[in-house]
Amino acid sequence: MGGFAAYLKSWVTGIVSLLTGLKVSIVNFFRPKVTESYPENRKTLVMPEHFKGVLTMPHNENNEHKCTACGICQMNCPNGTIKITSQTIETEDGKKKKILDTYLYNLGQCTFCNLCVLTCPSNAIVFSKDYETAIFTRSKLIMKLNNEGSRLEEKKKSASGEA
Amino acid sequence: MFDFKVLTQWIDQSLRALNLPDFGVLVIELVLVGIALLAAYAILAIILIWFERKICAWFQCRLGPNRVGIFGLLQTFADTIKILLKELIPINNNDKILFYLAPFIVILSSMLSFGALPFGKGLQAIDFNIGIFYMMAVSSLGVLGVLLAGWSSNNKFSMIGAMRSGAQMVSYELSVGLSLLTMVIFAGSMQLSQIVNQQADLWFIFKGHVPALIAFLVYLIAGHAETSRGPFDLPEAESELTAGYHTEYSGIQFGFYYLAEYLNMFIIAAIATTVFLGGWQPLHIPGLDGFNHVMDYIPTPVWFLGKAFFCIFLSLWVRWTFPRLRIDQLLHLEWKYLLPLNLLNILFMALIVIFKWHF
Repeated sequence: MGGFAAYLKSWVTGIVSLLTGLKVSIVNFFRPKVTESYPENRKTLVMPEHFKGVLTMPHNENNEHKCTACGICQMNCPNGTIKITSQTIETEDGKKKKILDTYLYNLGQCTFCNLCVLTCPSNAIVFSKDYETAIFTRSKLIMKLNNEGSRLEEKKKSASGEA
Repeated sequence: MFDFKVLTQWIDQSLRALNLPDFGVLVIELVLVGIALLAAYAILAIILIWFERKICAWFQCRLGPNRVGIFGLLQTFADTIKILLKELIPINNNDKILFYLAPFIVILSSMLSFGALPFGKGLQAIDFNIGIFYMMAVSSLGVLGVLLAGWSSNNKFSMIGAMRSGAQMVSYELSVGLSLLTMVIFAGSMQLSQIVNQQADLWFIFKGHVPALIAFLVYLIAGHAETSRGPFDLPEAESELTAGYHTEYSGIQFGFYYLAEYLNMFIIAAIATTVFLGGWQPLHIPGLDGFNHVMDYIPTPVWFLGKAFFCIFLSLWVRWTFPRLRIDQLLHLEWKYLLPLNLLNILFMALIVIFKWHF
């Protein structure tokens, strides 16, 4: 291809590529905007499925949680965010049993890696979708996750569970 | 259509009725015109900055300023107050006089072209018979301020930016001139009021066939390059030159450059409007008398500003789409593509005028 033909071709390819770019940007111009107007849309704001806000321990209606105070979450936590204190009691049939005393969670140190939730053998803890966690006092970042007077949820007896 | 001459002549007559000497009347009228133009200048700048920020946000799928005032309309006022309160940082070892003079030259050049713009029917401060010449001359004076700023800052980034700006301006001034000349050939006049009046039945962009369209596009590209924005922002390429020629400026001196940049964008759009899109003339389609009559009810300044803002939108569209050119690509585009096209176009337009092929 000669010099002049190449020059003419560069005109055409140049214009086509410029128009392609302009088309892309004008399509984006009319697209719905992705910005969230935060305080206004507080009521309708839906957090994504994998969002991790604050570690919580769900309790059922009888004020029972599932935590057996095994301490696996505490061992797995890379930052020392979780502190479990437990006490040993004697059950009615004379067996010794470890029960949860306090479950302390330090939000200020948590990196939301989700390792505690993944490793919990009894699915006692979950991350909530709370996102407004900013507070003015540092000490309030340390939360006690188990409710006052709560106890372990009794496992439903099943045939295989007895082994 | 309301003729603003009624208003201006009423002001003139009521001033003369006060038995002032002729010279006194002239001075008062000059001051009034000056104040009106300065006010228009400031208000347009504020609107333009808001407009640019909104449009830019929409191109990037954002909402843009929406906190200060409804739709963020007061955002620019807040920014203006902020920039007025900023400290002017003095620089050591620079050319003091030129350094402080440069922002004023930039502002002055855009201010001068405001005087000759026809904003509406009878709303034009001066109507030169060489209006287009004048506009081209004063609107390219701004590069002097840029060069002075680069030179007097005693900073290598500023210097490189200013030199690039000079090279860019010299090249693209050719395309601007030639594309406007194409339309001067077509209109047979350089007087802005006459050019506008000739477009009463149909705008030049429709009247002038293909050459007018090509000239319009070339003018928009070259004019956009003249404002050194968007893909042509080499003089202030922030990744290479910090901020280019205005690196050393702070506070309202920087604000002057910022203001002049937006006003230059408006002036380029306004000239494009006047020469190609019929200035303040309403949209008229020959044969549709009812439609034309309805269009006449919209005030002429609204038409002018509407068309100018349309041109500004095109420029913003380009700005927020394309990446910055290299300096060799920039000159390549001008000298190897736009200039030959422009010369052919001017020849084509001359043929059309000679053989009367136009409407």
